[in-house]
Amino acid sequence: MTIKVLGACCRKSKETFENTKLAIQQLGLEATVENIGDMAEIASYGVMTTPALVIDDQVVSFGKFLSKDDAVKIISKIARQ
Amino acid sequence: MQVAWDFFQRQILGMAWLNSAIGSGLIGIGLDIAGRIGASIQFFLFDMIKILVLLSVLIFIISYIQSHFPPEKTKKILGRFKGIGANIVSALLGTVTPFCSCSSIPIFIGFTNAGLPVGVTFSFLISSPLVDLGALVLLVSVFGARIAIAYVVMGLVLAVAGGTLIDKLGMEQYVERFNAIKKIATIEVPELKRKDRLLYAKEQTLETVKRVWVYVLVGVGIGALIHNWIPTEWIQLVLGKNNPFSVLIATAVGIPMYADIFGTIPVAEALFFKEVGVGTILSFMMAVTALSLPSMIMLKKVLKTKLLVTFIGIVSVGIIVIGYTFNALGFLFV
Repeated sequence: MTIKVLGACCRKSKETFENTKLAIQQLGLEATVENIGDMAEIASYGVMTTPALVIDDQVVSFGKFLSKDDAVKIISKIARQ
Repeated sequence: MQVAWDFFQRQILGMAWLNSAIGSGLIGIGLDIAGRIGASIQFFLFDMIKILVLLSVLIFIISYIQSHFPPEKTKKILGRFKGIGANIVSALLGTVTPFCSCSSIPIFIGFTNAGLPVGVTFSFLISSPLVDLGALVLLVSVFGARIAIAYVVMGLVLAVAGGTLIDKLGMEQYVERFNAIKKIATIEVPELKRKDRLLYAKEQTLETVKRVWVYVLVGVGIGALIHNWIPTEWIQLVLGKNNPFSVLIATAVGIPMYADIFGTIPVAEALFFKEVGVGTILSFMMAVTALSLPSMIMLKKVLKTKLLVTFIGIVSVGIIVIGYTFNALGFLFV
């Protein structure tokens, strides 16, 4: 599972990145979590409001700050599919 | 009807009762509120509380409305309009879209790659920080409905005219081409349920208050200084109605600064109290919110210098023109 957290400019995005990493730890999943700050790359996903969560190249959440529990919910839903 | 409106403006929005209550409280602990220090403390407490309360309530309501308009959805909506109509819709949507400086680049890239004319994107970028529903309500509480509406209308006109002008000047070529982007995905915008919207509104409120309270604090501090410590004569000299350069000075000072619009309101209140012209005050507020060093630095990454300079130039000139116009027509509003 490749997970990207888009957005590195403000505290909201950085915290979402940290929360996502914690979520993966909690779920015990094999996954890489990257924090993308490059605007061009963010825009290429069609995202205009950060933070955004991308799992295996699918945008699953955007414009919302994610707590660890939010991240756990979203990721486990995808993992089960 | 007029009585009811006055009551609403003075007591609900203006919270005149709070001012009186704080005044009484301060007198109760032995402070002389007619004296400078007492008056400053009263102004400081009153304004701080008033703005933070109004801010929270307003942001909550408006975020709820805004949850219907994420930029991703705006992009789709704008695709259906052409010509100046597109600029107008863009400016209007910019008003209801929550704004964060770091969104400006992805928004710019997203809109441009969706095929929207550069001018339409600029109309959005100009109106977004400049005209804010929350600020509109606060403006009504300070200046009354007429001036508040005039500010919004002028802001929108500036956004539409600025954007259209940029298109007409053929400035598209000065946008940085991003070769890395071959195709931009159009993501599904999920329809939110009411519960989600309320949650979003609550998050936005908390986050905005956290982000903005410092600006409000500084703004109220400066407002208090102007209100009680800086002699009216000095203010009149630099920004007063008899100084033909007041608008230019207000604009020049405001441009490099950035403050959240809620932070400019106490300063505007105090200046208004010191009888600075309405136009001068509006120019100051617009200059502070529409242009700022942080956003210019961000835009520099997507725009070639020539376009960036044009953009800053058009907005500045627009603000100055609006300032002088309002000073001249001020008697119509006050």
